[in-house]
Amino acid sequence: MSKHTLSVLVENKPGVLARVSGLFSRRSFNIDSLAVGETEHPEISRITIVVNADESPLEQVTKQLNKLVNVLKIVELDPVQSVQRELVLVKVRADRAIRSQVLETVNLFRARVIDVAPDTLTIEATGTADKLDALLRDLEPYGIKEMVQSGMVAIGRGSRSITTGPALRAA
Amino acid sequence: MTRPTPETIAHRRHATPATVAAQAAHAGHAAERHQSAERQAERPTPPAPVKITGAQSLVKSLESLGVEVAFGIPGGAILPAYDPMYDSSVRHILVRHEQGAGHAATGYAQATGKVGVCIATSGPGATNLVTPIADAYMDSVAVVAITGQVPRPAIGTDAFQEADIQGITLPITKHNFLVQNAEEIPRILAEAFHLASTGRPGPVLVDVPKDVLQAQTTFAWPPTLDLPGYRPTLHPHGKQIREAARLMSAAKRPVLYVGGGVLKAGATEGLRKLAEQTGIPVVTTLMARGAFPDSHPQHLGMPGMHGSVAAVYALQKSDLLIALGARFDDRVTGKLDSFAPDAAIVHADIDPAEIGKNRAADVPIVGDAKHVIEELLGAIATEQAAGRTGDRTAWWAQLDDLRQRYPLGYDEPSDGTLAPQYVIERIGKIAGPDAIYCAGVGQHQMWASQFIQYEKPHTWLNSGGAGTMGYAVPAAMGAKVGMPDVTVWAIDGDGCFQMTNQELATCALEGIPIKVAVINNGNLGMVRQWQTLFYNERYSNTELGTHKHRIPDFVKLAEALGCVGLRCENAQDVDKTIEAAMAINDAPVVIDFVVGKDAMVWPMVAAGTSNDEIMFARGVRPAFDEDEL
Repeated sequence: MSKHTLSVLVENKPGVLARVSGLFSRRSFNIDSLAVGETEHPEISRITIVVNADESPLEQVTKQLNKLVNVLKIVELDPVQSVQRELVLVKVRADRAIRSQVLETVNLFRARVIDVAPDTLTIEATGTADKLDALLRDLEPYGIKEMVQSGMVAIGRGSRSITTGPALRAA
Repeated sequence: MTRPTPETIAHRRHATPATVAAQAAHAGHAAERHQSAERQAERPTPPAPVKITGAQSLVKSLESLGVEVAFGIPGGAILPAYDPMYDSSVRHILVRHEQGAGHAATGYAQATGKVGVCIATSGPGATNLVTPIADAYMDSVAVVAITGQVPRPAIGTDAFQEADIQGITLPITKHNFLVQNAEEIPRILAEAFHLASTGRPGPVLVDVPKDVLQAQTTFAWPPTLDLPGYRPTLHPHGKQIREAARLMSAAKRPVLYVGGGVLKAGATEGLRKLAEQTGIPVVTTLMARGAFPDSHPQHLGMPGMHGSVAAVYALQKSDLLIALGARFDDRVTGKLDSFAPDAAIVHADIDPAEIGKNRAADVPIVGDAKHVIEELLGAIATEQAAGRTGDRTAWWAQLDDLRQRYPLGYDEPSDGTLAPQYVIERIGKIAGPDAIYCAGVGQHQMWASQFIQYEKPHTWLNSGGAGTMGYAVPAAMGAKVGMPDVTVWAIDGDGCFQMTNQELATCALEGIPIKVAVINNGNLGMVRQWQTLFYNERYSNTELGTHKHRIPDFVKLAEALGCVGLRCENAQDVDKTIEAAMAINDAPVVIDFVVGKDAMVWPMVAAGTSNDEIMFARGVRPAFDEDEL
C-alpha cells in the first residue's frame, strides 16, 4: 500500500463533507488525513484527502467519489509535482532551565512561538509530515503537554490550476 | 361491500391522462413563450408570477414533470402537500404502509420505464421508506421519494416525528436533497427526476420541511437544473468498441453476459441483433430475465447460484465474457477468484465504478447499453466484412450437449404433495408471455425465474440485489397501476406474503386487480433449504405454521382484504384454479397454493464456493468432460 493525495473539488453546500467521509467508511477505505476549506471560488470547496491504498482500491474510491453528485473534480496530486503542508500547534514544557534549548529547536525548524506561559511554550509549525514528525521527535524529551494537528493540504507546482476547466463551468 | 368496477378503473385512468397533459403542457409552454414574445411589444410588463404555497409548487412541479401517479400516506409534516394534491391530476394512491408505497413506486418504474413516486411524512413515515429505497438503489430503479420534514426551526431538536432521513438515506440513494426554501422546490424536483432517470438510474429522496411547504413562493416552469458535478457518459469510446469487436470476432468460447442495464437502456432489440449477428451464446442474470427471449436457441438461461448448468458452465469455461449492463455480483460469480478463470473481460456499463470493481476488465467500456450495442454492431460488421467471424461450432456442440444432459427440471415430491415448481410453471403457461410476473424473495423467486418463460422485456420484476422479502405484492400493485391492461401476477411465498399483504386492501379499494399466487410451503423455504443442506436439518425458526395451524388462513385473509380468495392443494386443480383467477378482473385474487415443504431449488452453487462446484441436484454433480476443452 502507498499514500495517495486526492484533491477533491466539491460544491460548497451543506452535508457534502458527510457524503464524502461517509463514502469512505461504508466502502471500507481508510482516510489518513482530511482537510477542507473554501477555494478562490466561494461556491467551491476543496477537500484534500490522504489515503493509504493500493492502485486498484484507489481507482475504485476515485470512481465512487466521482459518482457523488456534489463532487466536481478529483485530481491525484503527484508528491513530486506538488507541495504539501500540514500545521501543528504544540504546547511544550519549557521552564527557565530548558527554555533556551526548546527555543533553539524552534528556530532550527523555523517554527514560531505563539504563546508563552511561565512553564510552557506553544509552538506553531508548518511543513511536510516528515518535517513535523522530526520536530515533534525533538520536542518530545522536553514533555509535550498538548498537541493539535491539521490535515494535509497540497497544491500542484507550476502555473497550472485545477480549479479551472470545463468541469467547473457551471459552479 | 362494493368493489370498484372495471368502469371505475377505466374512468380513473381517463381522469388522469397526465403524460398527455404534461406533453401538451410542454408544447403549450413553447407556444406560450412564442406568443408572449409577440405580445411583448403591446404589453411591456409580463404578468407577475402567481403567488402560491410551497405545497402547491410541489404538486405543480409533479404535474409539470408528467407524474401520473404517486403512492403514499399523509401525516403531519407532509400534510400541506396533500391539500393541493386533492385537486391535482396526479393520482394519489393511499397505501397501507409506506414500505408498500416505496415498492409500488419501484414496480411501477420497472414495468413502465417511467419514474416511480412515493410520498411519506417525516419520522417513521420516512424511515418506513428506507427498505424500498435501499431496494431500488441495489437494483438501480428510478424512484423519487418525497418526505415531509419537521419545520426548519425544529430540525435538530428531536422534535415530534423528526428523523434525519437525508442522513439515513445518504448511502442508499443516488442523491438526496433537504429543501431549504420554497423557491427551490421546482428546481430540486426537476433535478431529482433527472438524476433518478438518467445515467445509472436510482432512487432520489427529497425531504421538505413543513414550513417550506407552507411558505409563499412563486412558480415558474421549466426550472434550470444546477448539477455541475453530474455528467453521465452515454456514448462509449470508439477505440474500446473496436477492441471489443476484435476480441469478439476472435474468441472461440465467447459468452454475452447480460445484466439489468440492458433492460434499463431499452437495448433488448439491439441485444438480439448482436447475438444473432455474432452467434454468441447469451446468459441473462436475475435482473435481466426477459431481456432476451427464453425461447431463443442462443439463450442458455440464467447464470449464478441457481443458474442453469449450461449458463454457469459457459461462463466458467469461456475465453471471452462480454458483460453488458451487469456488475459481476457475488450471486453470479460465486467464489470470485475462481470465476471464469480463462476469460478475457469486455465490461460495458454506464457506471464507471462498476468496471473493475469485482473483476478486472481487459476492455472497459463506459456507456449506455443501447449505444454500446449499436456501436458494437457496426464494429462487428466491419470485422465480418474483413472475413473475421470466429468459429464457434465446437463451443456450441459442448453447450448443446450440456443443455440436453442438464435441463432445468424438478422431481415430483415423493410425499404426494403439490410441487411448487409445477404451480409456477403452469401460471407461466396459462398467463403467457404478455403477463408481468413479480416475485418476492426466496425459493419461489428462483423457481419463478427458472420455470416461467420470459419472452419480453419488463415482464419480470423482482428484488434482485437487496433480496427484499415482501417486495412482490406492493410491486405488483405498482406495475398494475402503470400497465392496467396487462395481467400482473405476484408470485409470493407464505413468508414474504405476510410481510406486505396489507396492500391488497389498497388494491381492492383502488381498483387494482392483481393476482397473487402464494406458494405456501408453510416455511421460510429458502432458509429451510440451507438448513437442510448446511445445518444438519436443524430447522431453527423456519416453520411458519401456515400449514400446520393454517394461521393465517390465506383465503379468509384475502377475503377480509376485499379480494377473492382461492385455495389449491393438488395438481389436478392447478390449471382450473389459475384459470378461475384469470377470469376475475374486477378484484384482486389470492390463491393459496398449498405445496410441499421439501422441494429445493436446483441447480445450486453453495455460497462462497466456486461455480465449478455447481450441483445439478442434491448429491449430483454434472459431469463436465474436461478433455473437450
